[in-house]
Amino acid sequence: MSKSLKCLIITLVSVMISAGVAFADEFTQKDVDHWQKEYMSVVEKGRSLWGSPELGTNGVACGQCHPNAANTHPETYPKFQKQLGGVIPLRQMINWCLLNPLEGQPLELDDPRMVAMEAYIMYERRGTPLAPGQH
Amino acid sequence: MKSRPITRRSFLKGMGAATVAATLPMSLVEVAFADSSENFTFAYISDSHIQHIKGSKFVRNWDRGLIRSVAETNMLRPKPDFVVFGGDLAQLGTKPELDHGAEMLSKLNYKYYCVMGEHDYYLDLGEYWSTLFGPHYYSWDHKGVHFIILNSILTHDHWTYDRWPTAKQRMNEMAGLDNPNGSPFMVGAKQRQWLKKDLAKIEKETPVVVFSHSPIQKIYKGWNFWTDDAEEVQALLRPFDAVTVVYGHVHQIQYNQIGNISFNAVMATAWPWPYPQSYSQAATYLPKLTVPMNRADPFFERDATGWQFMDIKTGRVDLNYNLYSNANRTVAYNPKTGRPEDVSYQSPDKRISPQTHY
Repeated sequence: MSKSLKCLIITLVSVMISAGVAFADEFTQKDVDHWQKEYMSVVEKGRSLWGSPELGTNGVACGQCHPNAANTHPETYPKFQKQLGGVIPLRQMINWCLLNPLEGQPLELDDPRMVAMEAYIMYERRGTPLAPGQH
Repeated sequence: MKSRPITRRSFLKGMGAATVAATLPMSLVEVAFADSSENFTFAYISDSHIQHIKGSKFVRNWDRGLIRSVAETNMLRPKPDFVVFGGDLAQLGTKPELDHGAEMLSKLNYKYYCVMGEHDYYLDLGEYWSTLFGPHYYSWDHKGVHFIILNSILTHDHWTYDRWPTAKQRMNEMAGLDNPNGSPFMVGAKQRQWLKKDLAKIEKETPVVVFSHSPIQKIYKGWNFWTDDAEEVQALLRPFDAVTVVYGHVHQIQYNQIGNISFNAVMATAWPWPYPQSYSQAATYLPKLTVPMNRADPFFERDATGWQFMDIKTGRVDLNYNLYSNANRTVAYNPKTGRPEDVSYQSPDKRISPQTHY
């Protein structure tokens, strides 16, 4: 190894240590608080969409039939949805509701509004053991 | 379907085919007396939530529920003595919603009485509703039974009068079932005073039937399956031999017995609600007696909605639920156990998987 390369490696390592560049497995309470805050902001956005008519065309909102997102059973998905004849993720049922009771259009499965609604549904169901496939 | 309610066919004269009868969702209440010739029936329709979109457009799904229940009630034979509408005719209490709902109710071939729901009330505090349906609470006597309508969806004055900048916002805040900005329902001191006076002239042997929108018992406060002064109202009813409270609001089958008082909830014509135990973040108190209805299948638009006819026998109410896309249910007062019971599913070994809610 050339002298200059050795020098470069030593320099890089010392820069990483002195700059406190994160190791993959280290984070602080401050980081956790920040991530939690980001997460809750998406949950809040989901809660707001849940009670709003904006995803449909007839004024109906998800929360009218599902107060506190109850009776959505997120812990059971993916599961065999007997009415659709196959194993589907929760997001597909959300889209079914948007199309039918709300008379609206389905969302792309990675639409941030879809992620927000799913985050809200799961948050209201926190603490419930996973039960994939359960009907 | 395990067993058919025995009375249903006799109420559906002219319907002919059992297949037609099986599609009828009703809860009919029969009030029964020792002398069966005194028995009579009335029908109960509730929670239609007629929802205005704009102009002449309304949410089709909710319209269909009310139109169907009115048409089917008109087919009952023998005819019910009267019909009760259990509240929440409108979704946001507007004139177009109340007018559209009243137009549909006007197709009933019977005299009908209306109970005030929070969705009818919190826009203008029941003012326009009153021009259509009359006073908010009153009583009458019919064939030896004392009937009472209460307005049980009132709340604290400061919430109603001081908290919200506009009437529209007040309505919207109360319309969200799970909205933490809502406020607990109550009958209130003024109406309790009226009730005390009204009951003072009634013999203790007279059967008393109370109609309210919210349950006059405490099940789950977060969704107002609750009346804050329930105990005070129950105390006024306690001296009577046989009392029945019939309530709407909860959009599901519930029943209970507290002392001398039997409680029966009725279905919505609009949409079903989850049982409170389906919300895992809060403690709730669904009466142990209640065998829940089947979990709703949303792919059948009218599943888990319906209406009911009631028989009054021996001063107690038997409730026949007509459930669309589902087996009908009958909850009848059992004189041996002294409580309302489902005639098919009460025993734990008779229950079916769809009745498990989680």
